[in-house]
Amino acid sequence: MTEFLQQLVNGVTLGLGYALIALGYTMVYGILRLINFAHGDVYMLGAFFGFYAARLTGAAVEPNPLKAAGILLISMVGCGLVGFLIERFAYKPVRKSSRLAALITAIGVSLLLENGGLLLFGADPKFFPQIVRATNIPLGMGVTISNQQIIILVVSVALMLALRFIVLNTRAGKAMRAVSYSHTAAALMGISVDRIITFTFVLGSMLAAAAGVLVALQNPKIEPYMGIMPGLKAFVAAVLGGIGNIPGAVLGGLVMGIAEVMVVGYLSPTWRDAIAFVLLILILLVRPSGLLGQPPAEKV
Amino acid sequence: MRQLLWLLGAVVLLTGVNVVLPRLVNPYITQIIILCGINIILAVSLNLINGFTGQFSIGHAGFMALGAYGSATFTLRVGVGWVAGLTAAGVPEVVAQGTALMVALLLGGLLAALAGYLVGLPSLRLRGDYLAIVTLGFGEIIRVLILNVDAIGGARGLAGIPAWANFFWVGAGVLAVILLARHLALSTHGRALFAIRDDEVAAEALGVDTTSYKVLAFVMGAFFAGVAGGLFAHFLSYLNPSSFNFIRSIEVIAMVVLGGMGSISGSVVAAILLTLMPEVLRPVKDYRMVIYSLLLIVLMITRPGGLLGSRELSLAWLTKRFRPARERA
Repeated sequence: MTEFLQQLVNGVTLGLGYALIALGYTMVYGILRLINFAHGDVYMLGAFFGFYAARLTGAAVEPNPLKAAGILLISMVGCGLVGFLIERFAYKPVRKSSRLAALITAIGVSLLLENGGLLLFGADPKFFPQIVRATNIPLGMGVTISNQQIIILVVSVALMLALRFIVLNTRAGKAMRAVSYSHTAAALMGISVDRIITFTFVLGSMLAAAAGVLVALQNPKIEPYMGIMPGLKAFVAAVLGGIGNIPGAVLGGLVMGIAEVMVVGYLSPTWRDAIAFVLLILILLVRPSGLLGQPPAEKV
Repeated sequence: MRQLLWLLGAVVLLTGVNVVLPRLVNPYITQIIILCGINIILAVSLNLINGFTGQFSIGHAGFMALGAYGSATFTLRVGVGWVAGLTAAGVPEVVAQGTALMVALLLGGLLAALAGYLVGLPSLRLRGDYLAIVTLGFGEIIRVLILNVDAIGGARGLAGIPAWANFFWVGAGVLAVILLARHLALSTHGRALFAIRDDEVAAEALGVDTTSYKVLAFVMGAFFAGVAGGLFAHFLSYLNPSSFNFIRSIEVIAMVVLGGMGSISGSVVAAILLTLMPEVLRPVKDYRMVIYSLLLIVLMITRPGGLLGSRELSLAWLTKRFRPARERA
């Protein structure tokens, strides 16, 4: 029982990381019907921006919470900018073309970020500095939680609530929902569709950056290809929850994180990458539009 | 009779190529040409699923892996013994190896086709991106499965596969897949696939059995991906599960989309182009993959419908295009 609860705590932490990345996937998909393959690499950039910010601020030598928050912010702003540039220079020119052209462009951007990262940061893995000193806090019944896990928990939940507020309670959020419903109708209501799409990309990229820094707190090894697998799994999480659906992305991420930790804990670590997809296929066979997704109406 | 003549001609031609070409080029060029051929088979076979039928599959590396490991296992367990037995009985070594390789490739292809059938089934329920992600998951599951089966090498990889694949067999595979795709495109069945791609509801209303045609597309595409995998295994002599990851599937998709969805010659051109590009860019070393990805983005932005769109390169089209202006008038 103790072991199970401990795994559950670890699974939720991992799942929140996936959820943060999945949110970016699901928002972009909801608005553009585009699988943004480069999103996992933005997550990688987030971790690297955090790494260099930590070096600049000297947080690696004398950690303090204010610096840690600053690092998170720098990384989020940096990735927001990257998201803006990607959208402006790669995706916008192909927006009017077929969805497949956009998809291949996304793949090109993903390769560009990975290989550009390889060139800029070097191929050897870097180690993310301890910007908060690790301590373990007992939760009772032999279960412990590290303060890093608590930070992941608090920050990601706070970011998700902020996103919820933006989407549901602000004008920009209202416009986002309108655009995801219909580009044409939204444009006719005076919404600048282009600006909303850019806004969505920036928002998603910032969340991915936060995930990059938060996950690097716990697993400090970072390298240019680190975004591929988490990106893929986060995308699966978004589909699992019903792509385009924001609460669905969070639910999917959590399901995925918990399932993965359980497989590693009780089955075998070599199967960890398969479970995500087995789960996905099983769920899609029963609910073809994901857990919270609405089945699309068939137009004849 | 005519078909027989064609077949004979093809065999003579391929044998000629197989004898002459290795004398002309060094092993490095040989490897690139063979890989071009394997990539052509992969791209054209994926085009059957994605371009002809409009079903979005991104798990082609999985089918390829099944074909590669299936045929390699057959060769190692049975084929090598066959060749030894046949050569002892006086059959020329080339013929014996060719027979064993052909059986191995067919078995690998059939194994992949079976998997294609199993993946094709959910395509009845799932549409668009959901189907795409299931095929992706399927490819990854196969890779992890292979990683965990120790009998075929697991993470160490499978080594010591006899290198029987040569220009003849790769050329034969390329010809076979192109001929099949070409004949399919001109047949009733091909029209049915196009109809499903263009409007599934309308196709169904006109009496096209959409279900079985979709599964058929998956089975055919997977079969040739398996054959390509088998050739890959028998050319490199070594297999590793990491050769069949999701990046590999993505490369093949890039070939299909870049060439133009549904265009066979487009797939061929793009497969050659994308295989050569990293090699041509070798002198720029570290910048190689950066330039490759930039080129991919620029090509997609400037030619979003693919290099050839849905057209086919043909002699008639070329002569019309390059005929002097005065004759055109």
